[in-house]
Amino acid sequence: MPKDTGIGAATKRREDVRFLTGRGQYTDDIQTQGECAAVFARSTVANGKIKSIDTSAAAAMPGVLAILTGEDFAEVGGNPAGWLINSRDGTPMHEPKRPVLAHGKVRHVGDAYAAVIAETVQQARDAVEAIEADIEELPAIVDMKDALAADHYVHDEIGTNQCFDWGWIEDNRAATDEAIKNAHHVTTLELVNNRLVPNAMEPRCSIGHYNPGTDEYILHTTSQNPHLTRLLISAFVMGIPENKLTVIAPDVGGGFGSKIYHYGEEALVLAAAKKLGRTVKWTADRTEAFLTDAHGRDHVTKIELAMDEEGNFLAFRTETMANVGAYLSNFSTATPTFLHGTLMAGNYTVPLVYVNVKAVFTNTAPVDAYRGAGRPEATYSLERVIDKAAREIGMDPIELRRKNFVKPDQYPFASAAGLEYDSGNYDALMDQMEKVADKAAFEARRKESEAKGLLRGFGVNAYIEACGIAPSNLVGVLGSRVGLYDAATVRVNATGNLSVMVGAHSHGQGHETVFPQVVGEMLGIDPQSIDIVHGDTSKIPFGMGTYGSRSLAVCGSAVVRATEKIINKAKKIAAHMLEASDADIELKDGVFSVAGTDKSVSFGEVALKAYIPHNFPLEDIEPGLEETAFYDPANFTYPSGAYCCEVEVDPETGKVRVDRMTAVDDFGNVINPMVVTGQVHGGLGQGIGQALVENTTYDENGQLLSASYMDYTMPRADDLPFYIVDHSKGNPCTHNPLGVKGCGEAGAIGSPPTVVNAVIDALQSGGKNVTHIDMPMTPHRVWSAMNNA
Amino acid sequence: MYAFDIERPASVADAVAALGAEDAQALGGGQTLIPTLKQRLAAPSRLVSLSGVTEMQGVASEAGNIRIGGATTHATVASQVGGTYPALADLAANIGDPAVRNRGTIGGSLANNDPAACYPAAALGSGATIITNKRQIAADDYFQGMFTTALEEGEIITAVSFPVPEKANYQKFVQPASRFALVGVFVAKYSDGVRVAVTGASNEGVHRWSAAEDALSAIFAADAIAGLSVAADDLISDLHGSADYRAHLVKVMTGRAVKAAS
Ligand SMILES: Cc1cc2nc3c(=O)[nH]c(=O)nc-3n(C[C@H](O)[C@H](O)[C@H](O)COP(=O)(O)OP(=O)(O)OC[C@H]3O[C@@H](n4cnc5c(N)ncnc54)[C@H](O)[C@@H]3O)c2cc1C
Repeated sequence: MPKDTGIGAATKRREDVRFLTGRGQYTDDIQTQGECAAVFARSTVANGKIKSIDTSAAAAMPGVLAILTGEDFAEVGGNPAGWLINSRDGTPMHEPKRPVLAHGKVRHVGDAYAAVIAETVQQARDAVEAIEADIEELPAIVDMKDALAADHYVHDEIGTNQCFDWGWIEDNRAATDEAIKNAHHVTTLELVNNRLVPNAMEPRCSIGHYNPGTDEYILHTTSQNPHLTRLLISAFVMGIPENKLTVIAPDVGGGFGSKIYHYGEEALVLAAAKKLGRTVKWTADRTEAFLTDAHGRDHVTKIELAMDEEGNFLAFRTETMANVGAYLSNFSTATPTFLHGTLMAGNYTVPLVYVNVKAVFTNTAPVDAYRGAGRPEATYSLERVIDKAAREIGMDPIELRRKNFVKPDQYPFASAAGLEYDSGNYDALMDQMEKVADKAAFEARRKESEAKGLLRGFGVNAYIEACGIAPSNLVGVLGSRVGLYDAATVRVNATGNLSVMVGAHSHGQGHETVFPQVVGEMLGIDPQSIDIVHGDTSKIPFGMGTYGSRSLAVCGSAVVRATEKIINKAKKIAAHMLEASDADIELKDGVFSVAGTDKSVSFGEVALKAYIPHNFPLEDIEPGLEETAFYDPANFTYPSGAYCCEVEVDPETGKVRVDRMTAVDDFGNVINPMVVTGQVHGGLGQGIGQALVENTTYDENGQLLSASYMDYTMPRADDLPFYIVDHSKGNPCTHNPLGVKGCGEAGAIGSPPTVVNAVIDALQSGGKNVTHIDMPMTPHRVWSAMNNA
Repeated sequence: MYAFDIERPASVADAVAALGAEDAQALGGGQTLIPTLKQRLAAPSRLVSLSGVTEMQGVASEAGNIRIGGATTHATVASQVGGTYPALADLAANIGDPAVRNRGTIGGSLANNDPAACYPAAALGSGATIITNKRQIAADDYFQGMFTTALEEGEIITAVSFPVPEKANYQKFVQPASRFALVGVFVAKYSDGVRVAVTGASNEGVHRWSAAEDALSAIFAADAIAGLSVAADDLISDLHGSADYRAHLVKVMTGRAVKAAS
């Protein structure tokens, strides 16, 4: 029987009570007496020289309190990249300064060069229109190939548009080249991993507050990781001492990566708050979100797969250009490198992998991690080229994958791309996928589609990803400038209920439900008596926040460690109360008892004792019951999966309909299967969106053509099928205490190649010689591909 | 948005009078105008809301025609016209989402004449009459290119009269983001011939496809247009589809509309 509480129970999400009844508290909901509004003047050209900014007319307008320009921040630090990448020749990447406000030059449409602070938003907007900026438009650098060949630069001071030229694993380069040269069969594929706009439902919003009486700042902001934001503002940008700055991320309406990063608007509202002694609020409108949130993906890739006569994989060689946009966002250099190149062995025993990534500056919005971050790019390249290879050599695509899978007895498995996979069973996932997707009846379904004049295709994919980001020791060697542990404090209150302060931030993931399930299970108490506190740096220990499917694997492990400490101490208190020795105390169902006797005290009695320490052995035990643990993982976790998809293509119009989508994932142990299923659903929606509809398009002048929902397509309910989601075949992670792997990004990683493979299968079944279509596979693109075939 | 005043007249006469003020503009359902104002792309000094004008509301049948008040919402048309003119009700039922359909009006849609809007195809495809506070305008004279109509300054659409055809159908191939028509084709068969109106496709806005009308007037069957092709010259090319693709879709959607006509 399924459990109704604790680990494994599909407990309904507790946070949904406030979200579904309109009682969520988002940053923009916070209203402070005397607050004023900031509105930004943003560049309408992609590349321009700022010749002058005349703010005099604007400053004289009603309600205007202050106008700030790049000049005001000339002495302030830049917003740094969190990861140092060295090029193949050993030189460090180019790291041009990313200022709070553009200074000297504007570098993308939407780049802010001034901000007006006024009593009301309307007044600030009026004043922004009155700023007279003389900006000389320069030729825009948009296309990556052009950027690498150009003799003018996004950042003049570095004299190149190439940020770095990275090789992985450089020592394998020659051997990989050799293997490809001599192979029986080489399959080559050129593809584009399309740029995506994250489109969180809640746009970014920041409120700066300064108290001259204490010299303290408070920043309320839409962040996935308030401590990281505080660290960046304190240590790099503004130099505000960390103990004088509180960063609070209240309810956050979706992030998908775009709210990991620190943005200039956050520093600006703090500076303005200090200057004016007023609370300053900025809320992005949807156009600003399109133009300035860090975008995702945007790789142009050539991948080659070398095989022997039997179809054994001999080598993968990848050359990628990764667009980083106009400035380096915080994780922009890690995403196309260590979160991408290290995954390029996939689920396979291939002996050689070589990846070359050139990161390119362009006059476009910065590009950074977006749900999956690097791993979707890796999986897409691999699983598309493998599919193409199977068709070229006439082998069943599932058979070819199985032939090259790492087998269950090979763990721990050292992949050719440098990672050590701890557990998995890819054949078992594939078996389960074939079963739950009812693959056996596919041909019958294909006939039904044919009768309707539609082409049905079956696409398959096997993925592995590295998440639970990340072991500090490992990422430190690889160039990370931060540690990637997390932290938790478990506070047992005197009356026996608990507050658990965590470094991870919940903005849709369900931590407020899931973490109490873990603690409740360990203590044998009702999870409803446990509350999670997150998002406020003045309340929570220093944790690194939420991204990279890390919350449960890393922060949840810290929760486990802190709870273990609570249990140890509580046992000592119970031993004292029961006049027994610590070693004889057992905890079961919330009751401490002396082994082999009927002597016991409840968890609640022990909690009370800790805070009312009468007759307490103060020489051995401190009063109180509160423990903190930091957890730094030994390795990444390695979720894997087998996905399949069936599409129907209308041969007359090119329209693709996803009819069935099956995701079988190995997430290790599952704490709350309903929450996990929900995470997979969300990821699948975004992955299908990338595959079929989402298209970020800049024109040659660097204007974003898809800058609103009139032109940027988000997947909607009727674009998506009912999903078959299965996570029953988990193999526990071997190195974290919960045995969990992380499920937040999997759906977005596994689904895009599955959909594309299905469309190619459909077209080929209809006699069209189409071997590849770039995403998004809009009706127009599919129709064009069919007509050119 | 910039600041503006708003008036809520109860009669056409009062509305027309209110629109006489400098920089005044009619407000229908606001589904086009309000987003435009929010983006600060227009700055009328005064909005004259037509939603309280009762004589511009509702649907009436009269001698083979159906008359729809200019301030009637898409939702009302969708729910009340199905019995007499199912193709028109279907068209209205597939405009935007429920919020848009419950606010947006037929008068606003025809006055705006967005090149990808649905109602212009129905009006032109039915040979409807646009009735204003001043005159009656035949659909063939009314549509004058994208966002351009025969309406004069301050003139308002008080009603639209549609002759009810024997059979009709509207096929909308959606632009995936906006879900307006990438290409929409309205086919209507009358005793004296067939009309085919195309929206979404052309730089000239909604227009008739006369070659298809001739072919279908001779034989009302999808095969009748098999030999025809649509010239891509004047068609729209954008990130959602090339002119060639739109030309192809015009033919495909016309065929499907003929098949589905009822
Ligand atoms: C999300 C969304 C999706 C949509 N999808 C579709 C779609 O699929 N197909 C489609 O056809 N449309 C679509 N629309 C547009 C919608 O149908 C609008 O309602 C319509 O185009 C304008 O009608 P309105 O009553 O809202 O006019 P308003 O926005 O109020 O006004 C539009 C213009 O018409 C003028 N006007 C309004 N009423 C009159 C009148 N009676 N006489 C003279 N001038 C008048 C106004 O002054 C203004 O210039 C969509 C809109 C939105 C927001």
